[in-house]
Amino acid sequence: MSKRYLMKGNEAVAEAAVMAGCRHFFGYPITPQTEINAYMSKRMPQVGGIYLQAESEIAAINMTLGASATGARAMTSSSSPGIALKTEGISYMCGCDLPCVIVNIQRGGPGLGGIQPSQADYYLATRAPGHGDLRMLVFAPATVQEMFDTVFTAFDAAELYRMPAMLLADGLLGQMMEPVTPPALPPAPREKLWALGAGAPKRKTISSLYLKPEELEEVIRLRFARYSEAETRLSACEEYLAEDARVLLVAYGATSRIARAAVTAAREKGHKAGLFRPKTLWPFPKEQLRAAAAKAGKVLVVEMSMGQMVSDVRLAVGDTAAVGFFGRTGGVVPLPEELLERVEALI
Amino acid sequence: MIVYEKSKGLTDTPLSYCPGCTHGIIHKLLAEALCGANLLGRAIGVAPVGCSVFAYNFFNCDMLQAPHGRAPAVATGIKRAKPEHIVFTYQGDGDLAAIGTAEIVHAAARGENITVVFVNNTIYGMTGGQMAPTTLPGQVTQTSPYGRDVKTAGYPIRVCEMLATLDGPAYIERVAVDCVKNVKKAGAAIAKALRYQADGKGFSLVEVLSTCPTNWGLTPAESLRRLSGEMAAYFPPGVYKEL
Repeated sequence: MSKRYLMKGNEAVAEAAVMAGCRHFFGYPITPQTEINAYMSKRMPQVGGIYLQAESEIAAINMTLGASATGARAMTSSSSPGIALKTEGISYMCGCDLPCVIVNIQRGGPGLGGIQPSQADYYLATRAPGHGDLRMLVFAPATVQEMFDTVFTAFDAAELYRMPAMLLADGLLGQMMEPVTPPALPPAPREKLWALGAGAPKRKTISSLYLKPEELEEVIRLRFARYSEAETRLSACEEYLAEDARVLLVAYGATSRIARAAVTAAREKGHKAGLFRPKTLWPFPKEQLRAAAAKAGKVLVVEMSMGQMVSDVRLAVGDTAAVGFFGRTGGVVPLPEELLERVEALI
Repeated sequence: MIVYEKSKGLTDTPLSYCPGCTHGIIHKLLAEALCGANLLGRAIGVAPVGCSVFAYNFFNCDMLQAPHGRAPAVATGIKRAKPEHIVFTYQGDGDLAAIGTAEIVHAAARGENITVVFVNNTIYGMTGGQMAPTTLPGQVTQTSPYGRDVKTAGYPIRVCEMLATLDGPAYIERVAVDCVKNVKKAGAAIAKALRYQADGKGFSLVEVLSTCPTNWGLTPAESLRRLSGEMAAYFPPGVYKEL
């Protein structure tokens, strides 16, 4: 297991899923995540699994729903425009309390947008991954190693809380190659007493339909109690030189690595900059961020978007620190020098 | 001596269909076919969106309720994960032939080893009688109040004929439930479709011409006459594919 591999982020996600025991992958080609499909189409037959290229993103998520309903570890992946199509299925999976892992290798939008890296699906992932009162777990890896590790975490958390989990990365992470050391295997799939086709004496049904409002409200309340448990236990973050920072950069995913480089450069010039990196976007590590921001007094949020996570940062920080924002969008990747300039202006 | 009893393939939940509607007959036929071939114990059904959305309460086997039109994709996921199970979808014409066109065409093209019971009553029933992809030319519905004008609303889709052009499907038949003789024929067709799946032959679909007295504005008897007449003329019953 200590062997190292040089892998693309997209391949790491795919191989991690195979190692995690996922034997059902339903996909559709879209740049910049297509390598996941290509890898799965080659790998799944080798392990007795199913790779099925669906007729659409909608069909792919619904196939994932069907496989998941039988208790199978199932996965689908796409990039931004395709994820928008999956929102229907995500909502139904939330409504049916079904787990799965969905990978979003974000690209620029809206519309067809572009094929370069983006973080403009933050709202889509954390606010409205589908219609109705629902939540989805959202993990934000920042390295290829983390892309690998997060698949394990995501499968297990999705099964524990019986909800879809998204691995939210971007074209940069999907396409870059880095060394990966596969971690210890994730826990075995949890017992799924609700799964169809288990041959139990009593028939089972799975549905998201409740015509009586009080009944639906009760189901949603119970579901939100589970969400609340996930919120308490799952939120994760990483800090870099944040302890004595006067300016705290907040960034996730690929952008956090650029921010980290800017922090290092700022420190070399004697500026007390630090980095706060959310590793989970829902649940958002708000308590941890609030504490770190209060110490620094000034916060600069950096995203590859016009500013989406910054809303969560403002909610978390409240009036304990001033929150600024710097973003590039449309597929433009910010440079450490640009960030350093902003940091210096704030100091 | 018991000469007739309710199929064990159905639960005791009262059906939610309107008086005179033929969904009840079709439910019975499917339930009897599942029991007759001793497949009920390993059956998993997928309910659609529409009048038969509550099918998950009626069939006495494991059931899942799918998003509108997506039943064939959901059934594909189930079947791929549980190949030893008998997986069926039960879908209406709005669900299958409008919003779910891509899913049914590609499940058929893949030769997915599932069975589809497609109930065609030329109208959206659950939402109160709107024009469907199968609504006949000239037919008055809530959203074709002057009759379906083919110049602007196009023509009905003949699903069996369309799917039969594909190499994937193993068995496709259209039946009607307008008289006792045809009801028996319909039952035999559904049983045959399930047998195809059990034998691993691939995709099977039975289109059942059905009635909707409530939204057609006809009595049950008049509805059956419409079914035998203009509906069967536009959608001819028969075997369209048999491998």
